[in-house]
Amino acid sequence: MSHDANTGAAGKTGGFSFGRLLHSPLALPLIGLIVVSVLMGLASDSFFSLSNIMNVLRQVSVVGILAVGMSFVILTGGIDLSVGAVMALVGTLSAGLMVNTGLPAPVALLAGLGIGLGIGLANGVLVAWGRMPAIIVTLATMGMARGLGLIYSGGYPISGIPSWISWFGVGRVGVVPVPVIVMVVIYALAWVLLQRTAFGRHVYALGGNETAARLSGVKTQRVKLAVYGISGLTSAFAAVILTGRLMSGQPNAGVGFELDAIAAVVLGGTAISGGRGLILGTLIGAVLLGILNNGLNLMGINPYLQDVIKGAIILLAIYIGREWR
Amino acid sequence: MLELNGIRKSFGKIEVLHGVDLEVRAGEVHALLGENGAGKSTLMKILCGILQPSEGTIRIEGTERQFADYDQAIAAGIGIVFQEFSLIPYLDAVENMFLAREMRGRFGTLDRKAMRARAAQIMRQLAVDVPLDVPVHRLSVAEQQFVEIAKALSLDARILVLDEPTATLTPSEVEHLFKVMRELRRQGVAIIFISHHLEEIFEICDRITVLRDGEFVASCAVSEVDNDRLVEMMVGRRIENNFPPKPAPSAAPVVVEVEEVQLKKGGPVSRFALRRGEILGFAGLVGSGRTETVLAMLGAGPAQRCKVKVDGAEKRFRGPDEGLAHGIGLLPESRKEQGLITSFSILQNVSLNNYGKYRKNHWFIDLKKELAATTAAMAQVRVKAQGPHARVDTLSGGNQQKVVIARWLNHDMQVLIFDEPTRGIDVGAKAEIYALMREFTARGGAIIMISSELPEVIGMSDRVCVFRSGGIVATVEGDEIESETIMTHATTGRVDHVA
Repeated sequence: MSHDANTGAAGKTGGFSFGRLLHSPLALPLIGLIVVSVLMGLASDSFFSLSNIMNVLRQVSVVGILAVGMSFVILTGGIDLSVGAVMALVGTLSAGLMVNTGLPAPVALLAGLGIGLGIGLANGVLVAWGRMPAIIVTLATMGMARGLGLIYSGGYPISGIPSWISWFGVGRVGVVPVPVIVMVVIYALAWVLLQRTAFGRHVYALGGNETAARLSGVKTQRVKLAVYGISGLTSAFAAVILTGRLMSGQPNAGVGFELDAIAAVVLGGTAISGGRGLILGTLIGAVLLGILNNGLNLMGINPYLQDVIKGAIILLAIYIGREWR
Repeated sequence: MLELNGIRKSFGKIEVLHGVDLEVRAGEVHALLGENGAGKSTLMKILCGILQPSEGTIRIEGTERQFADYDQAIAAGIGIVFQEFSLIPYLDAVENMFLAREMRGRFGTLDRKAMRARAAQIMRQLAVDVPLDVPVHRLSVAEQQFVEIAKALSLDARILVLDEPTATLTPSEVEHLFKVMRELRRQGVAIIFISHHLEEIFEICDRITVLRDGEFVASCAVSEVDNDRLVEMMVGRRIENNFPPKPAPSAAPVVVEVEEVQLKKGGPVSRFALRRGEILGFAGLVGSGRTETVLAMLGAGPAQRCKVKVDGAEKRFRGPDEGLAHGIGLLPESRKEQGLITSFSILQNVSLNNYGKYRKNHWFIDLKKELAATTAAMAQVRVKAQGPHARVDTLSGGNQQKVVIARWLNHDMQVLIFDEPTRGIDVGAKAEIYALMREFTARGGAIIMISSELPEVIGMSDRVCVFRSGGIVATVEGDEIESETIMTHATTGRVDHVA
């Protein structure tokens, strides 16, 4: 019954077995995570310390949250290139609302979430009803979002926001950083949406066979609208955390983060063509990327070389994944 | 010419071919027969090197051959035209025929002139006139098939496999294909012909080989068998009558009335009404507008004008989801491309549009209810599978169709539209599908059945709308439902054009 693990069909019970785990789509990402962790642990004494692990997870949180929305979009067979730029725009605008208009900070943060959701929904309308390819639509909105953020801020970071906002970026509950808690909660919600609601099944159905889904009465356009909306919303949540960490709204933040988010989704075992993949895989993929970043830093490797190594590892992982089944 | 001996094939522990023989002579059309799942496709994949046999030998003109891959089989003179074409839609016939082995002139540039001349020569050899310079997606299905055949011949194929070539052709196109096949036979090509239409076997084939459940049943000349005997060899039991009895005609209330539907500007305008408890057949040639009409009715396809009444009230559907809301469901013609999510389990496919029925706390799927409902629906349509969690791409065509039916029966639908309900489904499963359709109408449901198989139209329909050139030209019932009347309307019916 390992097939159903593809889409996480529930309704069956069965004990844990190693064979089943090995055939799960999570097997490869997990093995990758373990291998990379062990290598990093051997290379650096401090890697396995609690403080370093929490540090890695904290660093992962922004891309990790972006990757949640990206997972929804990719599962339907689409793509969202605008996530990094939307995050920067939302961060810049909410900081601007606090500093320039004197709007109460909580209201400004909520407005930011609304803006993110709105841009996502706009992407969705253009893709679903405008019948334009997602890659083009989101490429265009990526440019527009980035440009609007720069216009609004004149290209400079907007600082002077209330100090308590840093809690979202660097705060802790016990030993656990707040952004990590936010990230885990978002993943849990995403899991429930994908595995326990009709909407989730329709997301998988769209990626599996859009025509069949439409002809059987699934409201495919609304499903598309929703996944891009979710992606916009998770971009805005990532913006809150980033703003808290940087204590300012940075119009230049998050350049290239859309690529990291896509890499996390794909490393997590989700098919880029949609229809297959698990949200837990995306979390593993994001952490894997974070460990690579952290480990290569701890080893003191030239940052330019780090990009090359990361790219090579992604290629290797996808290649092995292709041969896996 | 070609001799396959004792071919066995296992996938893991399961053996699907249990020692099959096939002998094909030069200059003959050899029918390979069997129900779906009998092993025809597997055998053909072994012949052309896509699969490797677990045991057994392949001999061509007496020499034993082994094909590691498709290319080696092509080099040995084997050509295959698959059910699903492998042409590149935006390239023209010449480019498709010489794909990946383009002729080059000096400087390594393409020598289109030489390729075009060779292509034209092959088309002449086939005695067909196919436009060579337009993208193949603009050609008819039959013409695309000729391009495929020409492509195989340009590779010097001496053994040609045609896998269900007539499934999507109109009768006149089939005639044309047969003419080409006879010409090739005259030239000494050995043709292996796969078809579910038995009348075609008698028309074109010289000899037959029958497989059943991966076993070799018999090989003989066509003249030695008749229709009943063939069916018996294929299914291993005599099927006297495929079709369940029709109910007595009744004046049941109309459930759906299409007052007018016009597909294209200036095209014909059709109207029809569907009564409770009846099967309304849509007959006509491929491309006569049957599928387009039902899609237009549901708002899933283009229409110039469309007026629909459900239970007497005017409705305008903007898509299949609104049809579903009014109890009208579509079972599309291509299960793999339009009917099923092949990466989903049976359960997930049946549930796909059913979630309204099993909710928990408004938002969540009630997994227990879902499993219970799906299991019940599977039992109702008698799906043969390991269980509700089996993936649908592991099922046979008949069982896949049952899954699609289960999806709709799980709702309280009042109208089901079956588009080619038994295409690519074996004889035994066909009878089961027919029985399910009658069970549905006996409960008061109404069915529109689009079918290109005349016996099916005649055996199942209570009334028949005959289509021609985008509109209904005649509606027949009772004793009028017989092949000659329907074919006459379908091929020569008068079409009323309304601007």
